[in-house]
Amino acid sequence: MRLAHQFAIENDLVRGDMVEATEFPYLVERYSVQGVPRTVINESSAIEGALPEAMFVEQVLAAVGGRD
Amino acid sequence: MALLRDRDRRKIQADLAQLEGPVKLVTFTQELACQFCRENDQLMRELSELSDKISVEVYNFQLDKEQVARYQVDKIPATIVEGARDYGIRFYGVPMGYEFMSLLGAIRDASRGTTTLTPETKAALAGIKTPVHLQVLVTPT
Repeated sequence: MRLAHQFAIENDLVRGDMVEATEFPYLVERYSVQGVPRTVINESSAIEGALPEAMFVEQVLAAVGGRD
Repeated sequence: MALLRDRDRRKIQADLAQLEGPVKLVTFTQELACQFCRENDQLMRELSELSDKISVEVYNFQLDKEQVARYQVDKIPATIVEGARDYGIRFYGVPMGYEFMSLLGAIRDASRGTTTLTPETKAALAGIKTPVHLQVLVTPT
């Protein structure tokens, strides 16, 4: 969870939400959550599990096409 | 009944003594039909009692439409961890258990306005030119 919030601090275009899954079951269904953590990126793709920092940023960039 | 135990309060207080700038915990709540709102507000209030750098602002999700729009909040309980500005840090649901550590970490980072990410990660993030919304679904333990 920490990484998403840290990304938000580093770039104003990034928003990071912690979503407590048991309190929002409709989101568990909408995002087909089968395990946690699951990081949903712009409603369009997702990262499964907790990744190390370098891999996490790489997958986020790949998902939003932000790589140079 | 307090949510934070005495022993934990002392530890958290020592941790929060390191804060640099002020942090505002903005919560959105409502009286009815929100099972966890009261608990969330209480947790944030208890936290704010442990550091004079932390303040709490409580808004009503139904009535305070202007603030709901300003903070782009779409569900409750919601908590925004705001430092010198709103960085886009949100907690939906009560951050207890392991996520309580995430809350403390977010407070620490927002207070400084900087992170401990590596220079490589920071450089990569600087390359993001379009809005990115990360929703991390977690469970309490």
